[in-house]
Amino acid sequence: MIRIDSVTKRYPDGTVAVDRLSLDIPDRSITVLVGPSGCGKTTTLRMINRMVEPSEGTITLDGVDIMKQPVNTLRRSMGYVIQNAGLFQHRTIVDNIATVPRMLGWGKDKARARARELMERVGLDAALAKRYPYQLSGGQQQRVGVARALAADPPVLLMDEPFSAVDPIVRKGLQDELLWIQAELGKTIVFVTHDIDEAVKLGTMVAVMRTGGHLAQFAPPAELLTDPADAFVEDFLGADRGIRRLSFFPSVGLELLTAPIIAVDATAEQIAARDTTDAPYLLVTDLDGKPLGWAEPGELTAGEIRQDQLLSYGRPFIAGTDSLRAALDCAVLSPTGWAVAVDGEGRAAGVVSQQTIGEAIRGAHAERRADGEAGTKADGKTEKAAR
Amino acid sequence: MSELFDLPSDLQHSYFGLVMLHLREALLPVLFGLLVALPLAQLCVRLRWLYPPVLWVTTVLYAIPSLAFFVILIDYTGLSELTVMIPLAIYSLVVLVPAIVDGVRSVPQETLAAATAMGFGPVRRYVQVQLPIAAPAIIAGLRVASVSSVSLVSVGMLIGNQGALGNLLNSGMIYNQPRLIWLSVVGTAVLAVLVDAALIGVRILLTPWMPRGARKNTRTLAKAAAR
Repeated sequence: MIRIDSVTKRYPDGTVAVDRLSLDIPDRSITVLVGPSGCGKTTTLRMINRMVEPSEGTITLDGVDIMKQPVNTLRRSMGYVIQNAGLFQHRTIVDNIATVPRMLGWGKDKARARARELMERVGLDAALAKRYPYQLSGGQQQRVGVARALAADPPVLLMDEPFSAVDPIVRKGLQDELLWIQAELGKTIVFVTHDIDEAVKLGTMVAVMRTGGHLAQFAPPAELLTDPADAFVEDFLGADRGIRRLSFFPSVGLELLTAPIIAVDATAEQIAARDTTDAPYLLVTDLDGKPLGWAEPGELTAGEIRQDQLLSYGRPFIAGTDSLRAALDCAVLSPTGWAVAVDGEGRAAGVVSQQTIGEAIRGAHAERRADGEAGTKADGKTEKAAR
Repeated sequence: MSELFDLPSDLQHSYFGLVMLHLREALLPVLFGLLVALPLAQLCVRLRWLYPPVLWVTTVLYAIPSLAFFVILIDYTGLSELTVMIPLAIYSLVVLVPAIVDGVRSVPQETLAAATAMGFGPVRRYVQVQLPIAAPAIIAGLRVASVSSVSLVSVGMLIGNQGALGNLLNSGMIYNQPRLIWLSVVGTAVLAVLVDAALIGVRILLTPWMPRGARKNTRTLAKAAAR
């Protein structure tokens, strides 16, 4: 565990970048430091590998004071990923990745073999091995940056706004990949970002910092969204934190209706037999059960159902896998106000109305509140107002 | 054909011999200048305040006519090649120091931070990261310094037979032989072009990692530095 214990960084001109910060960074999880510029998050990160030395306080790694270790040994035991990747432009991709193993005294062949293995792991084509950084896109360079940090298999990974310079689509891919790598390798990752959405998406724990190097709140993302410590955190989370919080509620318990689903080859009797008391629309599926679109029951004529007459259903969500946020989004996108749930193969699993989703959200809130009360009572702490 | 390159005996060299002498007198000073400029530039990168005065001194030295250097140096080094080469080495600094400083400074902050974070000590970082990345700018500086040195060697004729191809100018005037003057002028120009081309070759060999478009930029950089 990395323990930051009342650490202060004061520069010679009197500026305080980090002010008596204490943070216990749990092993094998992603801890995100997030905050506006000038909040000291990068300084904090850089103190962990001593690129910045604390003025006061101590940082320990597995109980050992980092100031008591040789600085370059410490740094080589921590992978470091930086914005714009910071690759060595004069070295090939494979040699960039092999840098730290080479410094640790590995043979050239062994280090390169390791580098190629990592290229595969971060999703880089082996054909890129002999290229130079300028020949790669920003997203590919950032992947090389991650591979280079992982090369010597360090237990700790420090990431300083690694994905903020790439476009949103590439960023999403990199984030997903990081979560996947983390699940696979179980590194202790400290991740700095100014993007609260990224923090909520990636963090096991999120430390929100405010200008002047103060810690505003340190909590798991769901708790952060439910129960911001103060007005600053609430403001920083943005206006739609309620909606974003739904990402943490699974859609498992959502009650799906299958009655309004009808196949495209349905007979007139089947259409007439559909119970439309709960749902004003019928969802027409193709012969495989994949959704085609919505129709009002009266408009359907057996044997003559054409897809271009149907109302779009927007986008489906995967029942059980996706969150309530995804389900609500689908319902909002659908012109009928009903969301379509599909199974893993894309076949319609049921339909659900905005109203039902709303009830599920209220139910989930009540459940969380009950959990929260039980938790705080067990901790013996005073209960905060559950919002 | 051989008559074209026949030289008066008082030059004590064949044409080829003069060419080699010219190359030596032009390029050894640049090499020496580089050896001085590298640590000097590194010092200027480390201590920012040092750069303006160093730049100022090299510029002032560049403004001193070579003739003035000769007058002082003749007491110590006599009518030797060394007397010609010392001022040339000093002149090369005005191009080389800024070329190296700008080259080393052009290394992106992220690259430096990444190197530090990976456990590069300052020396290793300078040799393995900063210098290689600065190589295109340094070579661009070397090109300007070498070409100017090739043309400046000719002044050496003022202190007796030390101007290599420049001596031909003098002989051409004394013996009233335009052929010798042409041999001098064209020879010097061809030499300058060849040296420049050779350095371009070196750069291409050393920097397979450079994007094509960026190559022009380092040249303009060196020209700006030369001004």
